[in-house]
Amino acid sequence: MSHNAHIPIGPYHPLQEEPEFYKLVVDGEKVVDVDVRIGYNHRGIEKLSESKSYDQSIFLVERICGICSSSHPIACCQALEDIGDIEVPERALYIRSICQELERLHSHMLWLGLAGHFIGYNTVFMWAWKYREPICDIMETVTGNRQNYAMHKVGGVRRDIEKEHVSYILKRLDEFTKHLTMLKGAVLDDPVLHERLKGIGILSKEDAIDYAAIGPVARASDVDIDVRRDHPYGVYDRVKWNVITQKEGDVFAKAVVRILEMFESVSIVRQCLDRMPEGPIDSNPKEIPPGEGIGQIEAPRGECFHYIKSDGTNSPVRHKVRAPTYMNFPTFRETVIGETISDATIILAAIDPCYCCTERMLIVNSHDKNVMDVNELIRLSQEKTRLIKDKYKAI
Amino acid sequence: MTMDEFLKNMSGRFGSNILNINKKSDKRAYIDIYPKDIKEFVRYVFKELSFRFDTASGVDDFDTLEILYHFSHDPSGITISLRAILNDKQDPHIDTITDITRSAWWIERELHELFGIEFNDNPDLRPLLLPDDWPKGVYPLRKDFQPPKRDSRKE
Repeated sequence: MSHNAHIPIGPYHPLQEEPEFYKLVVDGEKVVDVDVRIGYNHRGIEKLSESKSYDQSIFLVERICGICSSSHPIACCQALEDIGDIEVPERALYIRSICQELERLHSHMLWLGLAGHFIGYNTVFMWAWKYREPICDIMETVTGNRQNYAMHKVGGVRRDIEKEHVSYILKRLDEFTKHLTMLKGAVLDDPVLHERLKGIGILSKEDAIDYAAIGPVARASDVDIDVRRDHPYGVYDRVKWNVITQKEGDVFAKAVVRILEMFESVSIVRQCLDRMPEGPIDSNPKEIPPGEGIGQIEAPRGECFHYIKSDGTNSPVRHKVRAPTYMNFPTFRETVIGETISDATIILAAIDPCYCCTERMLIVNSHDKNVMDVNELIRLSQEKTRLIKDKYKAI
Repeated sequence: MTMDEFLKNMSGRFGSNILNINKKSDKRAYIDIYPKDIKEFVRYVFKELSFRFDTASGVDDFDTLEILYHFSHDPSGITISLRAILNDKQDPHIDTITDITRSAWWIERELHELFGIEFNDNPDLRPLLLPDDWPKGVYPLRKDFQPPKRDSRKE
């Protein structure tokens, strides 16, 4: 008789925008197999897009994800611009890149906070979410909205950045950078976090390539890819920045990549504001000719891929959307198996899967019908951190 | 590697097995191939040339189904799409590429349930996105799909 217990996790969590269902098979403390079922939030957006006009499609894809609500529209616009060889004015490209980087900043901050919560660092959680506020405020200044910006259109952007706003944006960025530097020190110099996060959930370089992992997940496993540099779009080939990679592939490396990337993003936003030329922000294209187009951009979680086929009418024949988590998700089969249950939460969180499903978590032990909920699982994770902390106090 | 070099090498290697090449720009090309050759092509671009598998997208062209396998080459910045046209819409099938790259694991499951495409030798074609009680033989991304009437839920 098998001694493995099955742990169903999910599928719904009121705080998360993408519910998923995980089934962990555990032998004692150790995870021996894992399966995922997605689709609880499948809204048929690809099908729906076929019945919308191109202008509406952009609003539609903006609603795929509340966090990447700048990435999807830009990728969609780029796919349409690829079909029609539509030129985008220089100033619009700068504004798009600014939106992209601001989005990356707030998304990574969000991740840092949740990751902190999962391992029992609730101070990090409070800090990260508090210090994310300046970014949302800047977003509001630039686009008019804190989320779901409605900023992008085929051929350009809808709103210009006013001159008088630039100094405000720079001031808030300074404020953010100060806090970010402090957070970086607090997280990366903490010996407890080193012990807690290093060496768990390792994704090897070979696996990362075979699974076609992208974004920070791949970069933490020493796969040096970044759509912003490799398939240049926007103005990323005109500003100076670095692609951050780490060799280890563990949870700590993924955190380091994201934290250091934020500094690069701040630098990109500053350079863009500095160099942005005057001029039009919209080339006002009138129609999309028949053809096929691909839009690739680097969203906070990795490459976001849109494929659109047009037959010359006002709506797409086919609109394929591939969000980054789709490629990164399956890798956690490699990273979770062999680890303990108390590490499973943070390993799942480390791929930044548009956080899902942990509140409704249940542990059903097939022998003694022992049932635990998510709080118990997070408690296990936090308990482990506390034990490490106590050890350091004793030294 | 530029797009022209890539296309030249590819033509040299596969010759008449390539049906058509549509070079859209220096960064993008669409290459039409026979479905039976998909494994060889994927092995060539993914394993030998180290392209990254982006995704695959099915398209319903009314008379036929087609699958586009999108690959990106990050060092050179080129993106190619291999187009395999499946003529038999009643029983579309193509070889799996999951034994070449595990990155195709989910997308083949998705194409299976949304377009009804069979992937030969793929052991894991369980539903991924649609609910467990979704009726058999109904493929929502096909053009002839009619969404169920709202009233039918009450029954």
